[in-house]
Amino acid sequence: MVRFLVRRLLSSLVVLWLAASITFVLMRSIKGGPFESEKGTAAAAAAKLARYKLDGTLWEQYAAYMSSLARMDLGESTKYVNWSVAELLGQKLPNSFLLGGTAFLLASLGGVFLGALAAVRRDSAADRGAMMLALLSISIPTFVTGPLLIAVFALGLGWFPVGGWGRWGQLVLPAICLALPYGGYVARLMRNSLLDVLGSDFLRTARAKGLGATQAVARHAVKVAILPVVTFLGPLAANLLTGSMVVETVFNIPGAGMVFVNSIQNRDVFLLGGAVVVYCALLLFFNLVVDVLYSLLDKRIRIHG
Amino acid sequence: MAEARASVGGRPGGWKILRRNRTAVVAMGLLLALALVALLLPEVMPAGLLGASEDSYLPPLSRGGDGLFHLCGTDVNGQDLFVRLLTGARVSLGVGLVGACISLGVGTVYGMVSGYFGGRVDALMMRLIDVIYAVPRILFIMIFIAALDPYLEGWLDAVRLQVQARNWSMLEGWVTAAIPYSRILVMILSLGLVEWLTMARIIRGQVLVLRETTFVTAARAMGQRPAAILRRHLLPNLATVVLTYLTLTIPAVIMDESFLSFLGLGIEAPAASWGSLLKDGAQAINPLASKWWLLVFPAAIMSATLLALNYLGDGLRDAFDPRGGE
Repeated sequence: MVRFLVRRLLSSLVVLWLAASITFVLMRSIKGGPFESEKGTAAAAAAKLARYKLDGTLWEQYAAYMSSLARMDLGESTKYVNWSVAELLGQKLPNSFLLGGTAFLLASLGGVFLGALAAVRRDSAADRGAMMLALLSISIPTFVTGPLLIAVFALGLGWFPVGGWGRWGQLVLPAICLALPYGGYVARLMRNSLLDVLGSDFLRTARAKGLGATQAVARHAVKVAILPVVTFLGPLAANLLTGSMVVETVFNIPGAGMVFVNSIQNRDVFLLGGAVVVYCALLLFFNLVVDVLYSLLDKRIRIHG
Repeated sequence: MAEARASVGGRPGGWKILRRNRTAVVAMGLLLALALVALLLPEVMPAGLLGASEDSYLPPLSRGGDGLFHLCGTDVNGQDLFVRLLTGARVSLGVGLVGACISLGVGTVYGMVSGYFGGRVDALMMRLIDVIYAVPRILFIMIFIAALDPYLEGWLDAVRLQVQARNWSMLEGWVTAAIPYSRILVMILSLGLVEWLTMARIIRGQVLVLRETTFVTAARAMGQRPAAILRRHLLPNLATVVLTYLTLTIPAVIMDESFLSFLGLGIEAPAASWGSLLKDGAQAINPLASKWWLLVFPAAIMSATLLALNYLGDGLRDAFDPRGGE
């Protein structure tokens, strides 16, 4: 287990390094620097570049950035003067975490329940209805469901506020909107996987021992069938927690999703690099959690280095 | 080659299974009809419907001041929404199809090489895919667009000047017409270059199985080179799997494109795609005067298309790749 963790940590560092490098080099090769849209003389722009160590050759800039990353320093934003990247992300990420966490719970619990229901009642109206719903929620983009949810539940029925952030009621609609496509995906996964398990021998044995149908499914089948779902939940968690740009735009939420978009447009290379590093770290962390969970759920799989 | 295909390719009778799947057949028919209508109808419409007019924000099923009938209403510039939906369909479907084909090409070659050579090559190539998976996809698309867009536009402009200097009037018209669409070209390229990862993994898995078959061993024993084996023996056997995942990649690319256009990074006016129409429609939803048709019609046509593509893709997968996917 320890050897496994150490190896994983090392390979994660390589991935982080590659992701940061690709982002930095691409961003610095794009036409237009961070200060070119501002008014002022060329000398002033050059002085600013020097302040952020963005002058010199690409290789020198890269080396400076990497050495600051190695000291766990994400650098300063070039757009928001005197703000460090860590402060900016620290301000936005909690909002995204709250929204993403809620959506994650909705998507995973709702999806597993819907998928299990569909599998148990295979080929019934409930099954077909649930799968239709799942495919619909995958096929409709969030920027359609978002405005529609607003039009119906906020403007029409007045149950929830239109947008904004800070009160609990403002969390409901965006969380549902964000959860829908992923919930649909989880439901389809769960149904397929549970159908495979329901046809297997050990379940017949469980029934033969005298377990009722509900109990057999709840105690034995779901435990096995949930494995493929768990694999999907790792990347899903990272995706949701760093925020969905569209949902945050539609509902006017100050989250981290828009940081990606804005920092590319502003050529804010350090802010973008920091956001990428944080996103990748989260993704790697959740994948690790999934692998450990896997070995706990499936006794046939042992983690060794 | 026919024998080899029958023995290892998709289960015999895959097409028969597909034809019995009524939803998939209906979905395919709808998609073909939509593509035909989007291609042909705007060409035969009255010219007044194609451009802007005085009648902005007309509701659906109404007549404008110039006597033209607007089936889906008009937008802020008085453009007919039905026509915009059809021209948007050309962009959205075109981007989806071409982008998916690019990702298919890259993914197939990558997966075939990785699976066939195996060993250290395979391990390295698959690790690379893991790394790319770890970086947000949409982010790369955005950076690619920001990086490539100015170059392509500059390049097209240079070509236009060259053509002008040489007096090739026909080419000049084409190049001038292409300049406003350079963003779309860049987008297709970027989407295609990012979406191939899943395809590569699936193809690799198939090749790992196929390369152990006797006909591949026989081909190798006859002294055929790897490139020839890959092209002549493996590729035909992969065709149905490739087709299946092509159908499933198209909606993903369409979704990405509309996503970018919605964020204002994709298609720019006057060109339109479903994503950019939805963006305008979402902005028209407000408590005072709800112009619902601007949101509802694009949303309906796009969702229906994605649903049909997903149904068709599921049907193809059930028919040709029963153990694949999810």
